[in-house]
Amino acid sequence: MKRLAIPVALVALLAFAPKLAVDIPVLFKSSLDSPGTLQLLALMLTFAGLAFTYDLLFGYTGLLSFGHALYFAVGVYVAGIAMTRWHWGFWPAVLFTAALGIVLPLVFGAVSLRVGGIAFAMVTLAFAQAGSVLAFKNPGVDYTKLPSGLVGILNTKHLYWLALAYAVGVFLIGRWAINSSPGRVWQAIRENELRVEVLGLRPFDFKLMAFVLASFLATIGGIVYLVLISGASPEVTGPSFTLALLVMVVIGGAGSRWGALVGGLVYTYLDHRLADLAGSHAISTLPSVLRTPLQEPLFILGLVFILVVYFAPGGLARLGRIRRRPAALEEAL
Amino acid sequence: MSTVVLLIITGFGLGAMYFLIASGLSLIYGLMGVLNFAHGAFLTVGSYATWYTETKLGGISVAPRFVLAALVGLAVGTVFAALVELVLIRPLYGRHIEQVLVTVGLGLCVTALASAIWTNDAKFVSLPRWTARTTGVLGASIPNDRWLEIATAAVVLFALQLFLRRTRYGLIVRAGVENRAMVTALGIDVRRAFTLVFAIGGLAAALAGVLSALYFGTVDPQRGTSLLIFAFIVVVIGGLGSIGGTAIAAVVVALVQQFANYYASSGMGDLSVVLLLAVVLLVRPHGLTPAAAT
Amino acid sequence: MALLEVRDLHVRLAGSHVLQGVGFDVPEGAVTALLGRNGVGKTTTLRALLGLVPAEGRITFAGEEITNEPTHRIVRRGVGYVPEDRDVFSTLTVAENLQLARRNGSGRFPYVYELFPELKQRGAQAAGTLSGGQQQMLAIARALLNENRILLVDEPTKGLAPLLVTEVARALERVCEESTVLLVEQNLGVVRRVAEHVVVLDTGRVVHAGPARELLDDRDKVHALLGVA
Repeated sequence: MKRLAIPVALVALLAFAPKLAVDIPVLFKSSLDSPGTLQLLALMLTFAGLAFTYDLLFGYTGLLSFGHALYFAVGVYVAGIAMTRWHWGFWPAVLFTAALGIVLPLVFGAVSLRVGGIAFAMVTLAFAQAGSVLAFKNPGVDYTKLPSGLVGILNTKHLYWLALAYAVGVFLIGRWAINSSPGRVWQAIRENELRVEVLGLRPFDFKLMAFVLASFLATIGGIVYLVLISGASPEVTGPSFTLALLVMVVIGGAGSRWGALVGGLVYTYLDHRLADLAGSHAISTLPSVLRTPLQEPLFILGLVFILVVYFAPGGLARLGRIRRRPAALEEAL
Repeated sequence: MSTVVLLIITGFGLGAMYFLIASGLSLIYGLMGVLNFAHGAFLTVGSYATWYTETKLGGISVAPRFVLAALVGLAVGTVFAALVELVLIRPLYGRHIEQVLVTVGLGLCVTALASAIWTNDAKFVSLPRWTARTTGVLGASIPNDRWLEIATAAVVLFALQLFLRRTRYGLIVRAGVENRAMVTALGIDVRRAFTLVFAIGGLAAALAGVLSALYFGTVDPQRGTSLLIFAFIVVVIGGLGSIGGTAIAAVVVALVQQFANYYASSGMGDLSVVLLLAVVLLVRPHGLTPAAAT
Repeated sequence: MALLEVRDLHVRLAGSHVLQGVGFDVPEGAVTALLGRNGVGKTTTLRALLGLVPAEGRITFAGEEITNEPTHRIVRRGVGYVPEDRDVFSTLTVAENLQLARRNGSGRFPYVYELFPELKQRGAQAAGTLSGGQQQMLAIARALLNENRILLVDEPTKGLAPLLVTEVARALERVCEESTVLLVEQNLGVVRRVAEHVVVLDTGRVVHAGPARELLDDRDKVHALLGVA
């Protein structure tokens, strides 16, 4: 029970954040209970959860997918379009999107999982690219048509708690799945798929299970994101977004307990705050040769990513422990 | 009829670019087992080096200026690729997934750097006037830059085949694509071949960068990444490690894209290519002409 | 001091402990046969000697330690290798396969072509289109092209028709007269013809080592250790 003490305390602290008029200098622009900070925290939590769903696929089952963003995008776009263009209510839109979040990965997964390794990665990339093309052809979701209860800064507290609930929910469901017997098979598949077959199990069924679960949870994340930012843009649909998830997971530590969550938090934070940090006094005094790249979040993230791969291949979650490379990840390719 | 001719030849021009990027990718993956996500970065480096040199060279007429700038772009791209292999990839020898991840990080860095220094806006390149004119073929007016692209790709294809079939390193690469371990078991240090293959890939990608400046008339930081996705698709369809297969696949993908974009609607081209990939993979999981038996 | 000395060799692959402390000597100028039932770790031993799989322990070649040295460097010390599945490059021609194997100077082509005249005839043929027996000849020829101090040969007669087995055995005999060989072989007839010493493996350990004649003449022992009469 001791082990649970810290996480539970952390979650409680996070839950109380909107009530805390605390200033954390440097890290956050305004006090903890201000809408701006809460919005950022909410985004961080959403992506933490999303990164965890990707870890289910990549870190635990060893499936290197380049198309995970597709299911997230389905959550964002389908729910958004249902509410703004078809004028559905919130809950019908959510239920419909959730259902799609099970059916689509079932179909696409059944097709993609017929091949493995690079071919699988490429097929998922292809499907995501197709989805991205469709998204770009569509105008964005017009936020003015969203149900009023969700829109507006007054409700940032609720959105924050929604994001927190999502992150915690994804984590709990994910951990429960990993520790269940199918979950153990996933990890066995990651280690040595041949052996799983020899044991008389069909890896395909289990891989599909992991694929559907991860994608479904990502779709839910998409709905949360839509509500959070009251809109949608096509950038989140493409392969570069899946790459961002990959970066989050690896930086945090693939296949570890907290790694993906940490990676998602750190990545999102850096992505949003780097521009501000770069404008701060300390950095603006640097010569432009150093300053220009530092102002670009993706540059920093790419650099951090490379450094992590070299010096901390287990990710932030495994820092300080014996530098044991998660050798099982070799199987993913 | 003239539309079809235009589409076909423009398709070949586009296919030329795909082939140049994909050939490097194919060799690198075939020999080293590394999915090089930084390959788009080689293109970006090549194209920006070209553009930058071009703006700095004054006082000469456009055509020689462009050629000179292109040569500089090629040199920079090749050296960059070789350095990447030596500094970033070689230390991770044997650790495939880390190698791939490092290339992902590098790709992000280079693209971000380019857009940080020169912004995301496309920069115009001064092109030789001849390339803007058109030549009439069977009733269609073909922009002349297409001929240059097709010719370049054909020369590169020929040169690559010559390299692979007539030189010792080419022999090592062909054998290594099939069975890398056995090549080392013959006492050959494959790592030198790795650097060479990366350099060749960098050269080809930088060339693609130059050609894309020709094709689009501009350079921009995102082009490397967007072309890279198509290059991956071409490599997988054509069969990893096979140059001939890559060439065929590049042409097929480009033609499908051109025709679908024209006859259906813009954007359908990309979708059709994706569909093509899915179909090919489900029917032949190793691509059209795999070089290795595995 | 033997040409090749192996001490306490451990190899772990895909989670299983394949070699659990293997130790033996390969004396110079003689043929040592590595025997054992299927799956005991004979091929893994050869691969560990070549640095193709990570190993713990101590492998010494001509007095110098070579454990976990990069494969190409081990081979350049004068190690020839004939792998279990021949591993010829099927997309290369026969001549190209041989050219690739050339290490120093021009290679002993006359010697190799005299042993295997068919390879000279089929120089331009793609190695993938050769028959099993011809591929085996090519694999052996490849290892003979250079002057090696030791040859590691892995089941050269595996999967060959009886007539071919005789042919390969004859070639092997000639090779064995002139070199130090570590031979993995299941065909005891071949072993009897060429080997002076034997080392027997069972589930990753050495269970017997000694003169070949002595073991092969002892029917009961052969049956117990190798499961064949």
